[in-house]
Amino acid sequence: MAFARIVVPPRVARGEAFEVRVSIRHPMETGFRVDDVGKSIPRNTLREVVVRYGDAIVLRASLGSGIAANPYLRFFVTARESGPLAVEWVDDAGEPGTVRADVNVA
Amino acid sequence: MSAITDPMRRRWIAAAGALVGGHALAQVMPTAEDVPGIRALDEYRAGRPLKFGRLKLVVPRIADNGNAVSMRVVMENAPAGDAGVRSIRLFSETNPVPLMARFDFAVPPPRVEIESRIRLAGTQRVVAIAELGDGALEADVVSIIVTLAACLDGS
Amino acid sequence: MTRIVAVAAFAAALAAPLASPCAAAEPGGRPDPARSGLGDVAPSIAALQADDAANPGMLWVDRGAALWSASVGSNGPACSTCHAAAAMKGVAARLPAWSGAAGRVVDLEDRIDACRTSRQHAPPLARGSEDLVALTAFVAAQSRGVPIHVSVDGPAKPAFERARAFYTTRRGQMNLACTSCHDDLAGKRLLNETISQGHPNAFPAYRLEWQAMGSLQRRLRACLFGIRATMPEEGAAVLTELELYLAWRADGLPVEAPGVRR
Repeated sequence: MAFARIVVPPRVARGEAFEVRVSIRHPMETGFRVDDVGKSIPRNTLREVVVRYGDAIVLRASLGSGIAANPYLRFFVTARESGPLAVEWVDDAGEPGTVRADVNVA
Repeated sequence: MSAITDPMRRRWIAAAGALVGGHALAQVMPTAEDVPGIRALDEYRAGRPLKFGRLKLVVPRIADNGNAVSMRVVMENAPAGDAGVRSIRLFSETNPVPLMARFDFAVPPPRVEIESRIRLAGTQRVVAIAELGDGALEADVVSIIVTLAACLDGS
Repeated sequence: MTRIVAVAAFAAALAAPLASPCAAAEPGGRPDPARSGLGDVAPSIAALQADDAANPGMLWVDRGAALWSASVGSNGPACSTCHAAAAMKGVAARLPAWSGAAGRVVDLEDRIDACRTSRQHAPPLARGSEDLVALTAFVAAQSRGVPIHVSVDGPAKPAFERARAFYTTRRGQMNLACTSCHDDLAGKRLLNETISQGHPNAFPAYRLEWQAMGSLQRRLRACLFGIRATMPEEGAAVLTELELYLAWRADGLPVEAPGVRR
């Protein structure tokens, strides 16, 4: 299970931009490394990342080998309804993962 | 990429030489000649011109370690609505895979700012390109020196 | 006659103590003032350590928190069954320490594994494994800000003296002692890096070079590799005793775990 952290402000005002920070445990293997016995380690990056707020997708991303291991993202979203904001991903190996936070809109 | 062949670095060093007494170096405005030839970037551009000045790619000038370099791409006073930012792409000059990341917005975000950490295979230029609703491209280019670790680590 | 004098003078120079006037007062003494390596890293790296949302080491702390509360094996209690996390404050700052039960100096990883085997009815976690690094990171993080202070008296003294001798002895293809760089050359540059005093207070740390979090012993192994010396396995007594000496040498520096270093 991939560990991840997501941080949103504790309260946000409706219509305002709020900051989302997410950090995901993932090796982001480039595909160019070899292990101790010389075997190639296959590429494994976060090919699909989707940020879902309520029922809307507010950001789609594709993070390749040019993004550092244990990727970190900070971005902004418009506050609408109170409810969950979920960051979902699938990596090159097909492993899915999610981390979510509750957005509290005043 | 040495100082001799990288036009951005030449201008930066010249600007540094011209400044006296510890003032922060002003960011040198890139021009089309600063954009390195990257095939994936040229294919994406499809002949569209790049406009500089509004999109800003912020990275340290020198990275202690190419494995993780803090990166922030931001556009202050970005256009809203249909003319707003729809996607941002990051291209590397010398990484084996030039397209480092892409971010897509179905609706322009309230603030065009994304921060992450990039991985750089050595000293090089990085290009950020934002595509607006009408297909216009705004870009920034930065030059980063990536230093080698002083000691090898076999742990 | 003159050749014998020359050889004697050369031999005397080789045997001379390594300490320079600018370094610790005596070979193997404490640097004064003691300075965390946080001051020797790039600002962007220091900023990562300061921000829990961005600090990649927090991902291991989070994993450690989950392991802390999970029951172990088939019938073993969770760590949290006996220990409130807050009660761990100060533990990492006082380790390594002499353990009467083990009959040797033990570090935090040893303490965690001792609990696993004796109280949680589970096999020990392997040194260097992600789970052990995560648990160590979680426990060490509870001591964030607490000044390091370990005891090197009594039964720990022989181990301490052995480790101090290790620290000041040249070794490896490069024929360097730890003190050669971390006392004599601390603050000077090696390529683009500023040489730190080599304190342990930020460990376990996320090292950009590793693209992962690792233990202090992993970092010591990396140093030994760097000077082309033999690398003991993680958990070896020589490394644990060296951790004790380094903690003594870092007396008063605050725990920074989970640290971020290049």
